[in-house]
Order: sequence, then C-alpha cells, then structure tokens
Amino acid sequence: MKPAPFEYFAPETLEAALELKAQHGDEGKALAGGQSLIPAMNFRVAQPSILIDLNPISELRYIHKNGAMRIGAMTVQSYAEHDGLVAKHVPLLHEAIPNIAHAQIRNRGTIGGSIAHADPASELPVICMALDARMRAQNVNGERWIETKDFFAGLFATALQPDELLVEIEFPVAKANTGYAFMEIARRHGDYAMAGVAAVLTLDAKGDCETARLVYLNVGDGPAPAPQAAASLQGAKPSAAAFKQAARLATEKEMEPFGNLHASAAYQRRLCAVLTERALAKAFDRARFSQIQP
Amino acid sequence: MSQRLPITVSINGKRYQHEVEPRLLLADYIRQQAGLTGTHVGCEHGVCGACTILFDGKPVRSCIMFAVQADGHELMTVEGLTEDEKKLHPLQQAFWEAHGLQCGFCTPGILMTLLPYLQENPKPTEEQVRSAISGNLCRCTGYQHIVDAALLAAEKMKTA
Repeated sequence: MKPAPFEYFAPETLEAALELKAQHGDEGKALAGGQSLIPAMNFRVAQPSILIDLNPISELRYIHKNGAMRIGAMTVQSYAEHDGLVAKHVPLLHEAIPNIAHAQIRNRGTIGGSIAHADPASELPVICMALDARMRAQNVNGERWIETKDFFAGLFATALQPDELLVEIEFPVAKANTGYAFMEIARRHGDYAMAGVAAVLTLDAKGDCETARLVYLNVGDGPAPAPQAAASLQGAKPSAAAFKQAARLATEKEMEPFGNLHASAAYQRRLCAVLTERALAKAFDRARFSQIQP
Repeated sequence: MSQRLPITVSINGKRYQHEVEPRLLLADYIRQQAGLTGTHVGCEHGVCGACTILFDGKPVRSCIMFAVQADGHELMTVEGLTEDEKKLHPLQQAFWEAHGLQCGFCTPGILMTLLPYLQENPKPTEEQVRSAISGNLCRCTGYQHIVDAALLAAEKMKTA
C-alpha cells in the first residue's frame, strides 16, 4: 500500500526542528531513518498528518569521545558499526549493531531513531539499558538528560514529551576488568530476533565476579533487565554452574515473555536460558582477557 | 492539503527535475516519474530487497524512503550498470553465465546490493556472499545459482 497524505517539513537546523515540534507537538511526527516508520506508513498503521524530516540536520550526526562516548541521534547505524571509537570504547554496541536487520537498512536507520521508536524487539534499547546510557532530550526551552531506566515507558513508548526530540545518546566507556557480550537468535539472519541478551560481567582482583548485568530483548514490553539473576552472580566464582543458576533465575523468576508467531513463551524462555549461559561465558572470557592485557 | 515540492535528483548521472507529493515513495518515483522500471517494488515494507538502489553510493531500500528525501542526492539504479545492452557489466555477465536468475524480479535489487559489496570485498567466500545477499529474497532459484554468479562476478570484476 501507499502512505496516507501528510504535510512535509525538512528543517536544516535543530533549532528549526524544535520550533516545528513546539508548534505541532504529537501531530508532528519526527522522521529519522524511517526504516520502521515508513513501513508502518505504507501499511497505514501509522498516518501522521505532519512529518518533520530530521535527515538534513547534519549537526545531529556525530560520534565523539568526551569522557563518555557521545553519539548524535541522527548518526546512521552503519556509520557507528564501522567506527573505530565505538569498537574500542563501547564494544557491546559494536557487537550489537550488525544484528539490526540488514546492511541496506543500517545504511539508512539511525541510532537515535531506533531508540526513540522503543520497539522491545530492537537491539539498541537493550544495549542502552545494559550500559546505563543517558539520553539528551531537547525542546525550544532547553535540554534535559534522561536515564535509560526512566526513558523506556512500555511498548513503543518513551519519556519524550510531545515537544521534545532525542538529540544525543551518551554511552559510558568500557570499564576495566569487564567483559561484554550480546547475542540473539532469529529464524533467519536479519529477522526480528525471537530472543536476545546483553551480558556485562566485572571481575574483582581475585577474578571473582564483582557485578553483573543481564538485559533481554523481545521478552517484555521493553528492554527487560533481570536484576535478581545478576545479583546472584555478585561475589560468586565465575563458573558454568553459576551461569546456569543465573540463567534459571532470569528465565523462571524474572521474565514474562508474551510468545509470538515464531516462538512460544516457553521457547523464548528456553532460548534466553541458553543465551544467558553462552553470553555470560563469553563476557567472562573477555573480562579475563582485559585483565591480562597491559 | 496536497502539498507538492520540487526536487532535483541525479539518477545514473542524469539530472531529473519533478514536482512530487511528499508521500510519493522513492521507488515509485524512480519507476513512474523517472521512467526507470528496472527497480522493482515487491513487499513495500523493506523486507524483500527488490527495490534496492544506491543512494549516495550506499545500498538502501527505495520503497521505505520518500522521493522528496532524494532531493540533491545521487542515485544509481540497475540501468546505470551498462549503457549498451549488448555489452553487459561484468556483474550482469556473471549472472547470465551462471544462471543467477529465473524470473528476474529480485535481480535488480541483488545486483545493486552486490555491486558495492564486491567493490569493497573483491575476494568474498561463499559464506560471505550468502550473508551479503541475506537482505534480498528470491523465490525461484534457491539462491545456489545466485551465489555462484556472485562468486563468478567477483572474479570478473577483478580483471575488468
């Protein structure tokens, strides 16, 4: 099908875009990469009356390191995928991006667009949650920072106000003695994943687990953390048994998957359990490796 | 209500100027206004890859972009591969020789995906080729001959 008619604006500066948001609020839908929005418009599931195209705003496309890694919301995913700074300082993001759809989609899709879309099946919200990223939102009056845990507000919903735009995402740089891993399982490469997990594991000087973080993809109405499972690893000796126990806690006690056409809720739990063990083992290896690296 | 905006687009090195409704999809613009029907429209939601074109040199889905967004940009479609139908581009020649198509519906999208891929990766493995075309659906060939054609094309493009 074809999209319903709409009025189109293509502001060239952030200031002009924010003016339009102030004027039109929720009626004025922001168009980032459009790789989710335009398919929804083609199906007429989405029929915004006004589109504010952010693509001409070059000031929102950047990656730099200033303490933390700062990524402009309109940075194209394939650009971040091949960026050396991201690979070095935010390895979890670097590992996750190639899982987003296909290269043709990542050439157009943006980091901020995917996050603001807040699809529970998408990778970037999970990465933000696992790393405690912060979002910078702006309206005509100024800016505010939103923690990831306060940003996602359910299915396709965020804390962004009708007059605000997401302008920057701040990722903390990789910590010492820490290993990161992202894994997902899809029916075919590039499809929506049936389940996925981001694991972060920090070791203490003795090589025991100091802290852990587990966040799951597509098993809830947003990125789904498993704090009890992560806490069970605190102070534990990293071992297959400890990882299995964490996987059991996460999938049996903390997770309420909906199930879908491709995977029943029981199958999603099973996938998450397997992925948890694998991701923790990989994160552990990487954490150890970071300890022996000078 | 029906807003119309002027756009200037370069397609295969040629300039096109039209007034378009903002909701006109880029794929439909290329086919209907520019008259280049080599670009095919399959699923219209970015899954099948038939509408893949190069946008400023990078492969994108033209069915999930608006024509207005192409204003001032450089596009390349399958017609840009060769000017002379009797002298195919090495990539096309390889598809001819290795039987890389049956009905041909998916072929333009696959060629436009493979062109930049093979330019950047002149010696891909079979597995890498399969991954490179994973965003393009073909319902005829079972992919084997497409993969063979892509590997043959890599050889041909090296010597071309």
